[in-house]
Amino acid sequence: MRFLLDAEQRAFAASLDALLTAADTPAVVREWSRGDHASGRALWSRLAEAGVFALAVPEAYEGLGPRPVDLAVAFVELGRHAVPGPLVETVTAAVLLTGSDPSTAKRLLPGLASGETVATVTPPGPAGSVPEQPPGPTGTVPEQPPGLAETLPEQPPGPAGTVPEQPPRPTGTLPEQPPGPTETVPEQPPGPATVPEQPPGPAGTLPEQPPGPATTLPEQPPEPTEAVPAQPPVGTRAPGLPQGPYALDGDAATLRLSWEPDGVRLSPGHGPARASLDPARRLTPLTPGGELLAAPSHAALSWARLATAAQALGVGLALLDRTADHVKRRHQFGVPVGSFQAVKHRLADAKIALEFARPLVFGAALTLDPADIAAAKVTACEAAYTTALTALRLHGAIGYTAEFDLSLWLTKARALRTAWGTPEECRALVVSAGDLRW
Amino acid sequence: MDLAFSPADEAFRTEVRAWLHAHVPREPLPSLETEEGFAAHRAWEAELAADRWSVVDWPSEYGGRDAGLVHWLLFEEEYYAAGAPGRVGQNGIHLLAPTLFAHGTEEQRARVLPPMACGEVVWAQAWSEPEAGSDLASLRARAVRVDGGWRLSGQKTWSSRAAFADRAFGLFRSDPDAPKPHQGLTYLMFGLRDPGVTVRPIARLDGRPAFAELFLDEVFVPDEDVIGAPGQGWRIAMSTAGNERGLMLRSPGRFLASARRLAGLWRERGGPVTARDRVADALIGARAYQLFTYAAASRFLDGEAVGPESSLNKVFWSELDLALHETALDLLGPEGELAGTDWADRYVFALAGPLYAGTNEIQRDIIAERLLGLPKGRR
Repeated sequence: MRFLLDAEQRAFAASLDALLTAADTPAVVREWSRGDHASGRALWSRLAEAGVFALAVPEAYEGLGPRPVDLAVAFVELGRHAVPGPLVETVTAAVLLTGSDPSTAKRLLPGLASGETVATVTPPGPAGSVPEQPPGPTGTVPEQPPGLAETLPEQPPGPAGTVPEQPPRPTGTLPEQPPGPTETVPEQPPGPATVPEQPPGPAGTLPEQPPGPATTLPEQPPEPTEAVPAQPPVGTRAPGLPQGPYALDGDAATLRLSWEPDGVRLSPGHGPARASLDPARRLTPLTPGGELLAAPSHAALSWARLATAAQALGVGLALLDRTADHVKRRHQFGVPVGSFQAVKHRLADAKIALEFARPLVFGAALTLDPADIAAAKVTACEAAYTTALTALRLHGAIGYTAEFDLSLWLTKARALRTAWGTPEECRALVVSAGDLRW
Repeated sequence: MDLAFSPADEAFRTEVRAWLHAHVPREPLPSLETEEGFAAHRAWEAELAADRWSVVDWPSEYGGRDAGLVHWLLFEEEYYAAGAPGRVGQNGIHLLAPTLFAHGTEEQRARVLPPMACGEVVWAQAWSEPEAGSDLASLRARAVRVDGGWRLSGQKTWSSRAAFADRAFGLFRSDPDAPKPHQGLTYLMFGLRDPGVTVRPIARLDGRPAFAELFLDEVFVPDEDVIGAPGQGWRIAMSTAGNERGLMLRSPGRFLASARRLAGLWRERGGPVTARDRVADALIGARAYQLFTYAAASRFLDGEAVGPESSLNKVFWSELDLALHETALDLLGPEGELAGTDWADRYVFALAGPLYAGTNEIQRDIIAERLLGLPKGRR
């Protein structure tokens, strides 16, 4: 047992930190938020050259992976610098495609590793349709983290019938609805009956909504235009396009994977981008259908959660650093506000939350145990969000402005909290599977 | 970076588990905070010590096994997983013994440690005073130089275990003219039944005498019971507060075992989803504390000092422990208020966690000032 990053891993983190500091990442975030992806793509290429995406791609497909601990190291730095783009989704795509047939993998994976391809993926659907992960194969922490191929489901990619534990999406029950600003309930199939303890969620309210005829689909779907000014919808919009789930930055991605109950498909297009509370995140529905590429994969979901957890940890660490600096400099009543105990104790609590999330993230990267990963996801995201609220409070009104760079991290902390597994889903997974091997 | 234990580690774990399986009492011992329970726990210490399991990390010459930090962690995990009794000797083992290893004489170690290891002498601490709590350096109990030793006078309070313990250690003001409050203090050991010592037990919230106040009237302490140099007491007391044993005053094994018990209670009793989330948080918190401690142990074994980050630790485990036991009582419903149950006893104990060993508010000050670099201010 030696639960410490080695010198090489620390140097990797330091090199990414230097790269992202020199790249003026906040300016890149601002451009990305306006739908101008050029500087973001350039940064993406540099991150790919540094090996970030290759860590999730097996060596057989021109990658360096799977190396989950190194990936977590990288994602902490990406979060620390608020790097925009479908970072988690590209990693998730790599894991999904690793489970596809070798010719598909050979066709698509090298581009992910090299940074030529920016991928996005829709999450696997509503809360209830995330399959419960059975306990690990032996019930003990494996000495060697399982490689990608070992953690992927046995079944080869194929038609819907080959994934029996995933109930087919009850498409027949879903009304086709035009996207509209008043409809805040994303279209979700009812959760499967195999998760009875799940309380009725938003899905339960769906049948009450009258089916809207497809002909009411407006030519130009309404958008929250004040949030995305002058950004026209990009790409194709198929009639009856579902409103959700959303893929991150489908308008910037060059490979769009739609995670559907029968498998992961190469989406032929995407719907209009909708603004996120994090302006750097643009949410796009993907057009369903398209070439079936891979089976749904527990491993891919785990890697998505792990990468999100590491990214959130980095977001929280950046918020803490910036806020500690601020309260040392900001004077009121003739002294730095950081000398007041009320201020100190809020920051101390943020520090505690982040420092106890950190070992969960790296522990999860080592074991790849779904319960460890869920624990890391919920804890890192909650720590980052708690830190965001503290950062906002201690900065005062300047922290509430879009102009001040703190906002880049504040809003991301909120968005990551529900991305790739809500707090409740993660906690449910821990209670159902988690306590025996800890 | 790895979390795998070596075959030697696993063999040690297996040996610990087997011994505990054969020896842990089938029925829980009576409460440690009663005369009967104290005696039963003292006897358990002797049983542990007979097979050299009471202080595994100590050198063998004092009754230990020379076990490293990793084996100590594994021992603790197995100990609490087995439901073994609370440790009546822990004040001495975790606070006094490290001080003796760092600052005591060979003679003191040979005289004090073996009886501590087997529970023959149980130690209480004598830090706080009625007017010196968080501001410990303002303490006023005196040590006056006399021929061959010192005479102690004054009052100490909140002395855990002192109601039934044998001896105590603490700080006394030996130089009232020293320019700063934390100068002129001396670290001494004395007997709780020595002439001039009056022990008045204090009932904690549930009425049990878990601590006591001590009245000292010209109590003679020979020079051989002074630890380190006179006047250096503050430095000596603080030097072991942040070391590896300070970091491990509460081992992760304790909280992992409690969280598993809570999960068992949840499965048995059920409850609303909000309660399930709190059970999840207890499990996650215990796992986080385990991994945090593994990381700290790894850094320590790499030669890094463990300093103010032990304050992170203290706030975390004490608040985890309290939340965990609050959840348990809530799951028990109306039965949660019954006194004398195992869960209620553990809850009352957990209530004290944020208070002792430096309140959590003082720890947060330390975190803000020493880890985040915020300026000192008035407390």
